[in-house]
Amino acid sequence: MMMSIMERLFRKRNDTASVAKERLQIVLAHERAGRTAPDFLPLLQKELLSVVAKYLEVEDEMIKITLEKAGEVSVLEINVELDKARIRKSLPIATEGKPIETKKAAAGI
Amino acid sequence: MSKVITITSGKGGVGKTTTSAAFATGLAQRGNKTVVIDFDVGLRNLDLIMGVERRVVFDFINVINGDANLNQALIKDKRVDNLYIFPTSQTRDKDALSKEGVERVINELRDNFDYIICDSPAGIEHGALTALYHADAAIIVTNPEVSSVRDSDRILGMLASKSRRAEENEAPVDEYLLLTRYSPERVERGEMLSIEDVQEILSVPLIGVIPESEAVLKASNTGMPVILDTESTAGIAYGDAVARFLGEQREMRFLKTQKKSLLRTLFGKA
Ligand SMILES: Nc1ncnc2c1ncn2[C@@H]1O[C@H](COP(=O)(O)OP(=O)(O)O)[C@@H](O)[C@H]1O
Ligand SMILES: [Mg+2]
Repeated sequence: MMMSIMERLFRKRNDTASVAKERLQIVLAHERAGRTAPDFLPLLQKELLSVVAKYLEVEDEMIKITLEKAGEVSVLEINVELDKARIRKSLPIATEGKPIETKKAAAGI
Repeated sequence: MSKVITITSGKGGVGKTTTSAAFATGLAQRGNKTVVIDFDVGLRNLDLIMGVERRVVFDFINVINGDANLNQALIKDKRVDNLYIFPTSQTRDKDALSKEGVERVINELRDNFDYIICDSPAGIEHGALTALYHADAAIIVTNPEVSSVRDSDRILGMLASKSRRAEENEAPVDEYLLLTRYSPERVERGEMLSIEDVQEILSVPLIGVIPESEAVLKASNTGMPVILDTESTAGIAYGDAVARFLGEQREMRFLKTQKKSLLRTLFGKA
């Protein structure tokens, strides 16, 4: 997929075609992944957000879900951007009696 | 069985209309009853490339609206038997091609022709989707250049999801890559993506490579499909592509830079 070291070493000084090929392979890999995304992804993203929002103050765009295909395996990647998130003062589980830990490690921050 | 072949690319100006004219003519020359339809509403050009611009009376929109029937709108080519041109209109209303209207026309054409060639407009919106909807086969016209390759990939995505075959869960559209405006000199200098590069990126079977050729402009000047210029590299390469489409084995030509051989130099042949 990506250019081998040999190819890079022997790339002619004005060989712009190999640059074009490499750039295309990268951009198309992303675009294809976006295209084959199944229909449930937006809903999954919404529901995940609502769960996370119970515990953390997060905005819509702080959760990103991607489905990437690399050969035979598909990887569902869920990214929650936490640097700007704050732990909610009134945590929902706390009402069930047991106090929950609000240490950074517990929240995974 | 009648076959609908859409000539598409995403990007504009890559050679779709040139290819539509060449393919339709080539298929007809080989005895197939063929019609070539201009789907580029508002930018009618196929009539010029086919040299029938002065014979257009009724067009695609007239037939869809019921103002004319197919027989009144189809223009019979004067050079090649079995070849008909179906021009589009100059209307600025891009949505003039209704889904039902197009379906009715295509079905009527299917009853009367072996091949229905659809010359797609550029883009990946309504116009291009209408042109590819009924496709049984698609020829993806691609230039060895980044934006053209990327747009071809997008159109492949559309064929896989938005065509009638995809919607109705039938066998997928047959896809073929046609690389046009290829310049072996520039590939050799590392300035242009090679055939192998483009094929590796798009992974669609290659139906032909049309070299960059001055004959294409000359042919369009006189309204003659370039495939009829059998002296030209582009004309010959289009002939090969049509033959391959019909199942013949043919080597790719004009892929190497023209180095004069010693013999040729000695005997003065160019
Ligand atoms: N193989 C080729 N060599 C040189 N010029 C070409 C070739 N193919 C197409 N062209 C030129 O490119 C331009 C666009 O071609 P056209 O078939 O109208 O593209 P499209 O229908 O995709 O917009 C025209 O000027 C045409 O003459
Ligand atoms: Mg065109």
